[in-house]
Amino acid sequence: MATYLEFIQQNEERDGVRFSWNVWPSSRLEATRMVVPLACLLTPLKERLDLPPVQYEPVLCSRPTCKAVLNPLCQVDYRAKLWACNFCFQRNQFPPAYAGISEVNQPAELMPQFSTIEYIVQRGPQTPLIFLYVVDTCLEEEDLQALKESLQMSLSLLPADALVGLITFGRMVQVHELSCEGISKSYVFRGTKDLTAKQIQDMLGLSRPAVPLQPGRPLQTPEQPVISSRFLQPVHKIDMNLTDLLGELQRDPWPVTQGTRPLRSTGVALSIAVGLLEGTFPNTGARIMLFTGGPPTQGPGMVVGDELKTPIRSWHDIEKDNARFMRKATKHFETLANRTAANGHCIDIYACALDQTGLLEMKCCANLTGGHMVMGDSFNTSLFKQTFQRVFNKGFNGEFRMAFGASLDVKTSRELKIAGAIGPCTSLNAKGPCVSENELGIGGTSQWKICSLDPSTTLAIYFEVVNQHNAPIPQGGRGAVQFVTQYQHSNTQKRIRVTTIARNWADAQSQLQHIEAAFDQEAAAVLMARLGVYRAESEEGPDVLRWLDRQLIRLCQKFGQYNKDDPNSFRLSESFSLYPQFMFHLRRSPFLQVFNNSPDESSYYRHHFARQDLTQSLIMIQPILYAYSFHGPPEPVLLDSSSILPDRILLMDTFFQIVIYLGETIAQWQKAGYQDMPEYENFKHLLQAPLDDAQEILQTRFPMPRYIHTEHGGSQARFLLSKVNPSQTHNNLYAWGQESGAPILTDDVSLQVFMDHLKKLAVSSAS
Amino acid sequence: LGQPISTQRLPTQVPGFAPPPSSTGIGPSSYPPATGAPRPPTMPGPPLSGQTVAGPPTSQPNHVSSPPPPSTMSGPHPGPPMSGLHGPPPPTHPPQPGYQMQQNGSFGQVRGPQPNYGGAYPGTPNYGSQPGPPPPPKRLDPDSIPSPIQVIEDDRSNRGSEPFVTGVRGQVPPLVTTNFLVKDQGNASPRYIRCTSYNIPCTSDMAKQSQVPLAAVIKPLATLPPEETLPYLVDHGESGPVRCNRCKAYMCPFMQFIEGGRRFQCCFCSCVTEVPPHYFQHLDHTGKRVDFYDRPELSLGSYEFLATVDYCKNNKFPSPPAFIFMIDVSYNAVKSGLVRLVCEELKSLLDYLPREGNMEESAIRVGFVTYNKVLHFYNVKSSLAQPQMMVVSDVADMFVPLLDGFLVNVNESRTVIASLLDQIPEMFADTRETETVFAPVIQAGLEALKAAECAGKLFIFHTSLPIAEAPGKLKNRDDKKLINTDKEKTLFQPQTTFYNNLAKDCVAQGCCVDLFLFPNQYLDVATLGVVTYQTGGSIYKYAYFQLETDQDRFLNDLRRDVQKEVGFDAVMRVRTSTGIRATDFFGAFYMSNTTDVEMAGLDCDKTITVEFKHDDKLSEDSGALLQCALLYTSCAGQRRLRIHNLSLNCCTQLADLYRNCETDTLINYLAKYAYRGVLGSPVKTVRDALINQCAQILACYRKNCASPSSAGQLILPECMKLLPVYLNCVLKSDVLQPGPEVTTDDRAYIRQLVTSMDVAETNVFFYPRLLPLTKADVDSDSLPAAIRNSEERLSKGDIYLLENGLNIFVWVGVNVQQGLIQNLFGVSSFSQISNALSTLPVLENPFSKKVRSIVDMLQVQRSRYMKLIIVKQEDKLEMLFKHFLVEDKSLSGGASYVDFLCHMHKEIRQLLS
Repeated sequence: MATYLEFIQQNEERDGVRFSWNVWPSSRLEATRMVVPLACLLTPLKERLDLPPVQYEPVLCSRPTCKAVLNPLCQVDYRAKLWACNFCFQRNQFPPAYAGISEVNQPAELMPQFSTIEYIVQRGPQTPLIFLYVVDTCLEEEDLQALKESLQMSLSLLPADALVGLITFGRMVQVHELSCEGISKSYVFRGTKDLTAKQIQDMLGLSRPAVPLQPGRPLQTPEQPVISSRFLQPVHKIDMNLTDLLGELQRDPWPVTQGTRPLRSTGVALSIAVGLLEGTFPNTGARIMLFTGGPPTQGPGMVVGDELKTPIRSWHDIEKDNARFMRKATKHFETLANRTAANGHCIDIYACALDQTGLLEMKCCANLTGGHMVMGDSFNTSLFKQTFQRVFNKGFNGEFRMAFGASLDVKTSRELKIAGAIGPCTSLNAKGPCVSENELGIGGTSQWKICSLDPSTTLAIYFEVVNQHNAPIPQGGRGAVQFVTQYQHSNTQKRIRVTTIARNWADAQSQLQHIEAAFDQEAAAVLMARLGVYRAESEEGPDVLRWLDRQLIRLCQKFGQYNKDDPNSFRLSESFSLYPQFMFHLRRSPFLQVFNNSPDESSYYRHHFARQDLTQSLIMIQPILYAYSFHGPPEPVLLDSSSILPDRILLMDTFFQIVIYLGETIAQWQKAGYQDMPEYENFKHLLQAPLDDAQEILQTRFPMPRYIHTEHGGSQARFLLSKVNPSQTHNNLYAWGQESGAPILTDDVSLQVFMDHLKKLAVSSAS
Repeated sequence: LGQPISTQRLPTQVPGFAPPPSSTGIGPSSYPPATGAPRPPTMPGPPLSGQTVAGPPTSQPNHVSSPPPPSTMSGPHPGPPMSGLHGPPPPTHPPQPGYQMQQNGSFGQVRGPQPNYGGAYPGTPNYGSQPGPPPPPKRLDPDSIPSPIQVIEDDRSNRGSEPFVTGVRGQVPPLVTTNFLVKDQGNASPRYIRCTSYNIPCTSDMAKQSQVPLAAVIKPLATLPPEETLPYLVDHGESGPVRCNRCKAYMCPFMQFIEGGRRFQCCFCSCVTEVPPHYFQHLDHTGKRVDFYDRPELSLGSYEFLATVDYCKNNKFPSPPAFIFMIDVSYNAVKSGLVRLVCEELKSLLDYLPREGNMEESAIRVGFVTYNKVLHFYNVKSSLAQPQMMVVSDVADMFVPLLDGFLVNVNESRTVIASLLDQIPEMFADTRETETVFAPVIQAGLEALKAAECAGKLFIFHTSLPIAEAPGKLKNRDDKKLINTDKEKTLFQPQTTFYNNLAKDCVAQGCCVDLFLFPNQYLDVATLGVVTYQTGGSIYKYAYFQLETDQDRFLNDLRRDVQKEVGFDAVMRVRTSTGIRATDFFGAFYMSNTTDVEMAGLDCDKTITVEFKHDDKLSEDSGALLQCALLYTSCAGQRRLRIHNLSLNCCTQLADLYRNCETDTLINYLAKYAYRGVLGSPVKTVRDALINQCAQILACYRKNCASPSSAGQLILPECMKLLPVYLNCVLKSDVLQPGPEVTTDDRAYIRQLVTSMDVAETNVFFYPRLLPLTKADVDSDSLPAAIRNSEERLSKGDIYLLENGLNIFVWVGVNVQQGLIQNLFGVSSFSQISNALSTLPVLENPFSKKVRSIVDMLQVQRSRYMKLIIVKQEDKLEMLFKHFLVEDKSLSGGASYVDFLCHMHKEIRQLLS
């Protein structure tokens, strides 16, 4: 077998799964001593160019409590046409269609290379995708214009048969009827009044009234068009109409007096959007896309009053319990999010404003439904425009990279139980024998709903080893997990993707080195980070940091090699070597540190952290730094202040920001205009190289990162300085003598100090 | 100006019936009869004059039929016939024994006892026991009792030629039925203010004794004939109009300048106020300011002040007002063609919005709403290619969904509005929604005006009882069984107080509501009309609206209603000189305190009746003054004050009071008083109170002013000789005595209508004008002489026209010449005349032209377009027509003029004894 690194990589490519441990400790007790839980990052719809879906239904285990899907790990009796479920050991007859199978004539799902397989199934009527735009009109003229253009543009990106709807809001909420000719018609709601779903449907005329037939009037044909069609229309039918409508969209006309915010009824607008879809298209793929340019200032979901003299809540206010609207608003949006999730719809939030827009309160709308959350300064920025365009990006096969209404069903072999999941999902409350009582993340279930997902959506799934110490697993035994993801493909097909994986059990006492070697520190770092971030949403920041620290110390105690009370003797094996560094950067990251971040920003960062795949998550935890200089080809360098040198150009990717930083000398050269002189063409190339690389990242990333081009001494250099390890600060600069680099004005501890303390604590016999 | 007093006297009723004064078996309350006692055929029978039993047939009022026997006045007369009593028309008639001088007017005449008249008085002692055949019928000759026609004609010929100059205090103006010009020389024109009396008692005791109500009927924005000048607009500059410091009365001709013009003494409260420097002017030798004739406020009775910002709401000059058209688009409205009709009409009508003076275009902005169970607002901003419709279904909590583009300038948004009005009928053509809301519609208009920060008017076109779930939802509570019970008043009261509160809000914003109703069944006018009523709006009702027959009437009403002069956000206060005080107000308005009459809108037809009471003594020297100040916003958004001043005489002699009364105004007051009374008391109580008050008025006169005469005589003051006939008309009007065909909604509608009527309107409403068309002179443009409203005045061979301000009847006798029928109706025979006609056919012959021009002329005179009904004699519609022959007995039990006069006489006698 190749190295574990290769194994991990292969597995990730084939199944979209990365486990923290790739050899599993065989008993509950041992597993808890491993500190990092047995868990995996699952990318359910990982793009597989080489995986053509099969056009039939999966074969299920007949035991009602199991219903696992036939997979390559199952034992098959080709003669008796029987197969044994590898989860519950139930013996099942193959269905009649499988009569012809034999060792040489196997269906795909039995072949080892198809540990992940996708089925296309025919179930129920196919409904087109639905896109409901919910547009804030309390914007500056310029912003509104840009937004209108983006929306008009988006119509051309939608599938022709997709249904679109438009709700606009400001002081009032308008639901636009798209079907009428001549006169444009909309239903208007007061922005201050919370309405129940029933009221909304009544007022929109969606509930079919029992109209007594008028005598003398012809009976209505029973097949009247779907009543909701007034508000949701196929794009191809009304795109002209809608383009005009968007074109005529005006800023909210109600006067905004000096010193007040515009009255913005985001809460009611979303409520109506949710109610509209709930009443008309439950359980089909639908995106509610909320475009807002400021905080909700009235009605349910109000985040801040309309008086400008009271600023929107800050972390400080929240800590002091001074955010008077927060709890109520959060509750409102949570209720909406849960209803949306229950209907299988999702909510995207595109919030563009210089100030906060209430993402903290609204975050659950995107988080629970798998929607996007995009934060920008203005709709008139390429950040928003490109990001929005990318929502409609198409994959390699020309299909949208979005899927809807997924449910993820996890089945485990009996030594394992499911503790929970963290990601853009909600619990489906499927209790069962494989559900653990100990919850990590969203637990208590073996099924989750993911209302919207794309090929990079990644869930962290946590397990618990339940095998008792005194009931050993036979030598060579393997534990298995099956992930069954049912979803609506963007082409409206219903599909089921099944991934079945297995890992070896190992006795931690005798085979610790195997387990140790099979540790995936990257996955572990992300999985621990997700747990930390998940906790941070409900707990005080310092508590979470203390918990993370304690876990790290315990891990080092368990797997480090050292002599007691001798910090200098401390060593970690290669498979653990990067882990403490990840934790160091995680502690400094905006996911756990709220200092210098608004509550909205924190929510935004945490949102993306909880859904991106492993690579992106790692970039978020520990940004990547590249250096460009005349001394050699571009190279990754340490994320350290010592990397900031005068003759270097640095490119930092934090996922959310791309920073290009010109060192002092480079900046001077550039100012002197050397790049324009033919004899310094190489300098021109040097300047260009990071730009090209940055472009490449910008092209592919969703959401589009903030692009920052700065130089030594520039104000925006703070983005770089705040991320690098402060190995040189104003405190120690002179002590370090002539060593070059840039001092960081901070009291934060550097990685070195952190590691020293870690070692000390790890080897301490006191703990 | 001592007018001769005309005394009328009647003999006591009939021989055998009139007991000695002490022994009365006749209770006043038993009149009129509740049950139809057997009546001789002569009473309701064919109206031909030949039927009268005694005396020769007569068609001339005041005709002397036979010399009266001298002894008729005393004692019961056993034998028929009772000879007719009457005075001769000219004053030259020799006085007769027992008869006081008849100087003017008509005489009572008794032709004999009215057959069975006593049936009304079950207690009549002798009647039932009279042996032998009943006495042959005797009756009072209708020609001998005071005739409205005669009074009107006399006034016309006496006073129609000279202009009425208002310079003199306490002048009684000509009657409303007389055409006359007014020259304002210091008192307001009678077109603006009319009083019940122009000479008021000095003390409250005297006033109480006479029981003559002191009231003024004020029509502040009345339309003037083109020959008269509109009130001048006076600008007193930044400090605003000059006013008395204490009572805040406005500068007027009665203010007394003293100390060389440096100060002025208030004519109302006597307080002395410094004349502002910019207003100072020297006095001439008579004490008049030398600029007397240059300043309207010093020389005229009516004028306007430009208001300053202090007179504006929130200390901000108002924006121009807005008109919002709110159209019911439920199934009934669409099906009847109403929606299409309104939309079509609005397209052209919008070019005729009221304009200020010589402005080129109207400043009024317009908005549109349609509704059924939900409301649809329209954005008709000029920049839009197409109107936008905004539906508000949250009727429980009404709001206006848009600000910009709802109220627009007609010229700027012309194409968008036209497109909208084209599309509305199409959009709702297939509607199946039958339910409507109502209160939310008003709320929507109110909110829209609030948002636009202006006053305005809502034109609501509504068809049905609002039963859809919404605030102000109503239920059908119509119950005819309540009539003549103590609960009858509930039919006039609103179902819920919701609309009263809404009205209050509307008034505060200056939101006037005009209501056009098109009911096919009961829709509770009493409740729906509350807001209209309290905001100074008008109700128009078209029951069983049919496009073919009602279109013209509705469109004419709508046109007039939209175009007529109107003021908004008005507050009226009536100030009086010390001694009397305005205590009660009648009309369509809202009052939040006891002095200020608030009207969201006030148009040129709306009238307010104000009652005055003494709170001190008045003096004959200084007389009494009224100043009516109306603060309002003009249709261009200008804030103004319109001031009307009127000076009255005061008297210590009751005779002076009775000599200067105006019966038409009195009736206006009494009708409004009674119509308000039905809200709180059983109708019967109200009627009795009316009769009683009038009896007291007349009894007081009889006792104090008439020369001593026999108690059996009925003596009426000259100015009030029509009081009994008019009062009878009020008593038998639909509100106070409904016939079976009168619906509850009709009664509520009429009740509200009458409350805002001016004197001319109440006059013709209660005593309709009956014109013999066949007597019209086709070559002149005058009207034929009117005749009295009695069936016996109609001739089978003639065609008549009857109008009462709401309806025009054209009555065709069975024996009318075919030629006339051909000329007027274009058909060859009586039987071919269709009574479904709502207009007269346009035919090219002098008679047709003449009749149509008469009809047109009448239509122009009235504030509402009258419904034209063709009635053929002996057709079933004739019942309806006969209802308006008010001198006759009515089917609903109303007394005939003659009967009522007798009853009145009896009441008076009882009071006197």
